[in-house]
Amino acid sequence: MTRGQRLSAWLLLAALAAPLALAGEIPRDQRRSGADFMAPETRAMQADDTANPAMLWVLEGDALWREPAGAAGQSCADCHGDTAESMRGVAARHPAFDEASGRPIDLQGRINQCRAERQSAEPFPPEDDRLLALTAYVARQSLGLPADPPDDPRLVPFQENGRHLFERRIGQLNLSCADCHDDHWGGRLGGAPIPQAHPTGYPLYRLEWQTLGSLQRRLRNCMTGVRAETPSFGAPDFVDLELYLMRRAEGLPLEAPGVRP
Amino acid sequence: MLAAMLILPTLPAFGQESARRGVVPYEVEGDGIVRPLTGAPGDPNRGAALAADRQKSLCVLCHPGPFPDQHLHGTLAPDLAGVGKRLTEAQIRLRVVDNKRLNPETIMPAFHRVTDDPTVAAAWRGRPILGAGEVEDIVAWLSTLKE
Ligand code: HEC
Ligand code: HEC
Repeated sequence: MTRGQRLSAWLLLAALAAPLALAGEIPRDQRRSGADFMAPETRAMQADDTANPAMLWVLEGDALWREPAGAAGQSCADCHGDTAESMRGVAARHPAFDEASGRPIDLQGRINQCRAERQSAEPFPPEDDRLLALTAYVARQSLGLPADPPDDPRLVPFQENGRHLFERRIGQLNLSCADCHDDHWGGRLGGAPIPQAHPTGYPLYRLEWQTLGSLQRRLRNCMTGVRAETPSFGAPDFVDLELYLMRRAEGLPLEAPGVRP
Repeated sequence: MLAAMLILPTLPAFGQESARRGVVPYEVEGDGIVRPLTGAPGDPNRGAALAADRQKSLCVLCHPGPFPDQHLHGTLAPDLAGVGKRLTEAQIRLRVVDNKRLNPETIMPAFHRVTDDPTVAAAWRGRPILGAGEVEDIVAWLSTLKE
């Protein structure tokens, strides 16, 4: 990065950090988890580990964490030790800047990166149960911690792209994410409450899916809903959007793995 | 010129099917479209069923109104009850065809318009949300909502 680029990156960052800098954004004291918009039974299901179906994936993740994999024959635990220590807060600060690719990487991407490069194993395909299980297990170690996106100036251009993707109108219905989630949260779309689109509960168990799903799967649902093309899983645009969503959610407690209707 | 010569003679023969797929030309007068989009008048009963169809017309996603499933409607837009008293048929027609001509910021989609927006999913590209006959059916129904 040149000096000029670095300077403008910092200026952008300063603008983002300023409270109420941009119209339409949800002020910090009004940020609410998607869980707040659910029926009491669904909220209770998320809150109770013995009733939350996503906990089955957390258990599986715990087993996979200890299991040697790939040509290297190493397990995640061999490198990272006790998750409660080493993985605490990791989900709260992802997506993060990845030196190797020079762009942001999300938690699932990081897990697959470790698998490919450190374990010399095949990366998991998108929405693979094992990938979701490991992601849920790692994310669970940040339960209750506030979303804390890194203040890394190298992330700023990607976050700005994420904001652009959030605010531009797309699809045959010509609606933006912001139209629904900044301007009409709390309203009802065909009977369903519109949440604020915070990423803090993912991966989560959606009753409609009858399984655990990633944040990208949720984003694809919204895009398909407005009859728009969807990027493929893992596409850079998705990670940039996730990065912007984490910034929008800054300060909200992590609740993965959540439950949604 | 050549295009006009090719298209014009076929216009009167425009069947229901091609009218549904394409966008028919129309003229905006004031804040309405006075002339119906089709030769045949709209059918209010078909319009009522279509307006209540959340997959096809999507109206109930945003609007409350005199719909059968009261708990399944949205709250993002004005109640359609009484719209036939508040607005003329011509005004209703323009709002359904392309509300963005009146308010570019509105969240209401333009139902009878095709854009070259590359973000539109392939399955929907080059097609309006509603065909001319469908618009006329819905306009006919909305015009009956006098209270
Ligand atoms: C037409 C309205 C609408 C648009 C446009 C829309 N969404 Fe949504 N979104 C919803 C509704 C309604 C829900 C929750 C209901 C459900 O489960 O389907 C939701 C859920 C979400 C959630 C899950 C929140 C949670 O707590 O689990 C995220 C994240 C999200 N949307 C992001 C986006 C993004 C990013 C875009 C743009 C690419 C977008 N949405 C576009 C209506 C919309
Ligand atoms: C995504 C949301 C959305 C959808 C879907 C939608 N509308 Fe609307 N509609 C609105 C909003 C918001 C307004 C208020 C005016 C504005 O925003 O300019 C409106 C206004 C109207 C009006 C004028 C009402 C008045 O009292 O002035 C009519 C008529 C109307 N819509 C009919 C329809 C019909 C018929 C459909 C389905 C074919 C439909 N709308 C689908 C959001 C929507």
